[in-house]
Amino acid sequence: MSNSKKQKMPKRASFNPGTIKRLLSYLKQYRVRLIIVMICILISAGASVASSLFLQTLIDDYIGPLLIEAVPDFGGLLKAIFSIGMVFLAGILASLFYARTMAVIAQSTLKDIRDEMFSKMQELPVKYFDTRTHGDIMSYYTNDADTLRQMISQSLPNLFSSAVSMIAVFVSMLHLSIWLTLIVIVFTFLILLVIKSIATRSGGYFMKQQRSIADVNGYIEEMINGQKVVKVFCYEEKAKERFSVKNEELRKTTAMANTLANVLMPVTGGMGYVLYVLIAVAGGAMGISGVANLSIGGEATLTLGTIASFLTLSRNFVNPIAQVSQQLNSVIMAMAGASRIFELLDQEPEEDHGSVTLVNACMSDDGQLSECEGRTGTWAWKDGDNLIPMQGKINLKEVDFGYNEEELVLHDITIYAEPGQKVALVGATGAGKTTITNLINRFYDIDDGKIQYDGININRIRKVDLRRSLGVVLQDVNLFTGTVMDNIRYGKLDATDEECIAAAKLANADGFIRMLPDGYDTVLEGDGSGLSQGQRQLISIARAAVADPPVMILDEATSSIDTRTESIVQKGMDNLMHGRTVFVIAHRLSTIQNADVIMVMDHGRIIERGNHEHLLEEKGRYYQLYTGAFELE
Amino acid sequence: MIKKLLTYVKEYKKTALITPVLVLTEVVLEILIPLIMAELIDKGIDNGSMPDIIKYGIALLISALMALVFGVAAGRTASVASSGFARNLRGAMYDHVQEFSFANIDKFSTASIVTRLTTDVSNVQIAFQMCTRIAMRAPGMLIFALIAAFRIDAQLSMVYIGILPILGIGLFILIKIVYPIFNRVFKTYDKLNNVVQENLYGMRVVKSFNRQDHEIEKFKKTSGEIYVDFSKAEKTMAFNMPLMQFCMYASMLLISWFGARAIVASGNDAALGLSTGELISLITYAMQILVSLMMISMIFVMFTMARASGERIVEILNEESSLHDPENPVFEVADGSIDFENVHFRYGKTKNKDVLDDINLHIKSGQTIGIIGATGSAKSSLVQLIPRLYDVTEGSVKVGGIDVRDYHIESLRNQVAVVLQKNTLFSGTIAENLRWGNENATDDELKHACKLACADEFIESFENGYDTYIEQGGSNVSGGQKQRLCIARALLKKPKILILDDSTSAVDTKTDAVIRQAFRSEIPDTTKIIIAQRIASVQDADQIIVLDDGHLADVGSHEELMKNSDIYREVYESQNKGGGLGEQ
Repeated sequence: MSNSKKQKMPKRASFNPGTIKRLLSYLKQYRVRLIIVMICILISAGASVASSLFLQTLIDDYIGPLLIEAVPDFGGLLKAIFSIGMVFLAGILASLFYARTMAVIAQSTLKDIRDEMFSKMQELPVKYFDTRTHGDIMSYYTNDADTLRQMISQSLPNLFSSAVSMIAVFVSMLHLSIWLTLIVIVFTFLILLVIKSIATRSGGYFMKQQRSIADVNGYIEEMINGQKVVKVFCYEEKAKERFSVKNEELRKTTAMANTLANVLMPVTGGMGYVLYVLIAVAGGAMGISGVANLSIGGEATLTLGTIASFLTLSRNFVNPIAQVSQQLNSVIMAMAGASRIFELLDQEPEEDHGSVTLVNACMSDDGQLSECEGRTGTWAWKDGDNLIPMQGKINLKEVDFGYNEEELVLHDITIYAEPGQKVALVGATGAGKTTITNLINRFYDIDDGKIQYDGININRIRKVDLRRSLGVVLQDVNLFTGTVMDNIRYGKLDATDEECIAAAKLANADGFIRMLPDGYDTVLEGDGSGLSQGQRQLISIARAAVADPPVMILDEATSSIDTRTESIVQKGMDNLMHGRTVFVIAHRLSTIQNADVIMVMDHGRIIERGNHEHLLEEKGRYYQLYTGAFELE
Repeated sequence: MIKKLLTYVKEYKKTALITPVLVLTEVVLEILIPLIMAELIDKGIDNGSMPDIIKYGIALLISALMALVFGVAAGRTASVASSGFARNLRGAMYDHVQEFSFANIDKFSTASIVTRLTTDVSNVQIAFQMCTRIAMRAPGMLIFALIAAFRIDAQLSMVYIGILPILGIGLFILIKIVYPIFNRVFKTYDKLNNVVQENLYGMRVVKSFNRQDHEIEKFKKTSGEIYVDFSKAEKTMAFNMPLMQFCMYASMLLISWFGARAIVASGNDAALGLSTGELISLITYAMQILVSLMMISMIFVMFTMARASGERIVEILNEESSLHDPENPVFEVADGSIDFENVHFRYGKTKNKDVLDDINLHIKSGQTIGIIGATGSAKSSLVQLIPRLYDVTEGSVKVGGIDVRDYHIESLRNQVAVVLQKNTLFSGTIAENLRWGNENATDDELKHACKLACADEFIESFENGYDTYIEQGGSNVSGGQKQRLCIARALLKKPKILILDDSTSAVDTKTDAVIRQAFRSEIPDTTKIIIAQRIASVQDADQIIVLDDGHLADVGSHEELMKNSDIYREVYESQNKGGGLGEQ
């Protein structure tokens, strides 16, 4: 499907056969059950047709003759009723079976699609998330998946059973009378024309309504998220005013869209009655004038029973049309939802051609490395059969990078970080500090130059292993719903409680965690909203500490922690970082003074490098920053 | 709950009430149709009388067309009323949320407020529309059809009376089983969305820690729960249709059997007993009765699903704002003096630990106050009591010598400007954002405020200057720029008290100092309260408050605290070892 790779598929009322085909492919694994379902639908529809044909039999074959008999014998009728009862029973059981089976198939298909979406999402590059709003991605799981649920569990079986009963009814009508059937055919076209014109118009209004909903939702989301600011500025009245304008707009489009949708049913119903009368009049006229009735069964006279049955059949023929037309809008929306979902599933995953893996290693007495089972504390890169000891040496050589083709954010960056060194990056917002760390863990790939890890080009290292060897603590902390302990354990899933608590102590988080209502078992919700920014940062440091990675990247990791606490955390971190390579990005120069090398960055270039003393002596930008003579933003 | 919701129908009451009337008329006509049909068959077709066929045919046609007209009209009024109802509901909720205090907002998460305003309202809207149209139609149809059937043959119609309880009990059991499952499913849905949302926000964390598989497993567990519950609910609901069919077929067979006997007995004469035409009508009624029952069962399902939504909406509407204007409020704030007297504070009554413990403080109008304290020492909580964003648990906070609870809240907040720690810019131009502080501010006033906040330079460096469009949440300006815009916005209020809650953390020391200098010279009469982590930001304040775990540890000037306060000295030293932060 080439068109599904477009960035954004407009939510248009369009049927794309490819989308339907692909949607159906999810049902393939239930092939056997679906065939049984279809058979059941056939049986159920058959029973329903039989019920309308039964009237004719009852009147013509039983009541009529019985009226003539002097001593009516009801035995035959009883038998007939019993046998049709069996047919009905079969119909009932068949519809029970298919409804239950379809429910399971629909739900498990939805589960498959949801799981596939989420798994896919995990594979996508960071760039995907950086270029889209969260609301947009969320709606794949909410709005779009919801439209599918309706489609699979309701619309699909309904469409099929409507089609089946229409065919069955059609054949039965032909069986009764070809002439009357012709009237039905002509009239059905008329009904379809009317439905089409209404549905097209209402479809347009539904699209408008969706846009209006999105607008209102967007406004609500933004304002409610900033509600505290609204309060502080007493902006409530203004906010109400602007909302009521959008709210009214939504009311208008909703009223229009729903009116048209509501009208469909009475219109088709009413037209159905007109058809009913037409048949009665035509049938009556034919019956009276004794016109030979032509049916696929041959030529016969038009009996009273035939007309009665035919009338019931005509209702059974029109009703499914009304039902299908009711579902037209939801089908159109489901198609739009499905094509959006497939567009997500067709996104290019993060590329990974790396083959070098990270393994536990043992050092034998003679200094030979060999691969070992279990955690040994010694790590090695495994490149084919070669084992290269992992030391944490990271070199960037003449690296150029831009988030898009037009604009380079980093120019000619060269950094040598020897094992165990602390490398600091200083510079204004937008100077490219965070970008460098994004390149080291390969959230983004460089345009030119190379990055080596222990002498291996990082493109050759499997991403999972590369990232395993890097611990990252970011300025914006993200915590997950779960206990504090769960959140710390995120760094290393098999860590014991003791290890987690030790890590918390190291990060100086132990104190406040114990003050929480349930200590380490306190459940954090909504991204840890009950905690202060600083407390969240402490937890994220503990999380990184428990992972115990050989190389660490700290991106403004302590910016929201007060300096006193920070200095304590720093001590713990220094212990932790002993003998490891660390990249530190910080605003506070005090946190990086003891770095082995400080890179001063400006507009994507390294303009100064050296240690604290060296840079002060140079009296360049660092000196200006340090003495407050230059603004760092 | 339903009563409460219905009060929001308001101006659409007439339209909403007219719908069932229209629907009932439509129903009466639809009931008439089979009666006319019976006549048509008996008198017209059976007797071979063409004039009768035409006569009854025209009557039928007129009834059908009228039914159509009424049906269309009802469809229109129903959608107008329901969308109007939804608008009122949304508007009322939104307006009510605007009255919420901080404590109210904390209670509901923003995400849940958003869902209630959007998804839940649509659910209720759909249910309301269904109700006005079908809820009247189904019982109406049921009653009229029963009456009509009884008129034809009371004895035969007893069949319906026998069948109805079976169907009723069956549906009742179904709903009883399904309702709790649906309730659970909706909660699981929230959980699923939460997992997705957390992953979106924390994608970098997930990737850095290689926790993709862990997250997928978590997601699959939740989606598995939905699968199990939802298929259980739908499998149960699948009994609905066969149950209907059973009742329909059973009544059809019973009527056929007894009807046939009755016809034979009467010799197919409507005057004596039952006729074939009447039998057809009876069976048509059987269908109508059962279809209307099915609709009623559908409404029940809709209701069960909408009930949860309705409850969530009412929860918002019933939420009493925890802060109210007093009866005879004070509108004038005399000056910027602030007094804390024996203040205790805790979030919510259920928490058992005071966040602020016995705070006594006296701040003179025009003073500059610095607040220093460790992470979690309740610095923000302290200042949020001043504009009455929260109420004290014990003691009192006075502004201009009057308890904040005696002020008209809006007047108080207009004089007490807070730049929150977690601040927000809204989508719109820079100028629009700034005018939140004062909507009538002139361009010169904007520029002046930005100059004070050191924001003028970078704004003017933008291509569109003050008309630069800010993306949602201010994502296209840097952290430091955002903070300075927020300060400028607060300055435009020309407040008597200005509170900066760690509002310059992303601004460099030099600019920070320039801003403070501007405050001193340009707004000397405004009381300035500055929460900061850098000693440098508060060093020159008139009073510095040192908070420690909700207690007032020390108060004094920089020099005094350096002498007397261990905590302060420790913080100072931690920041100034090896030369300091450019404050020499």
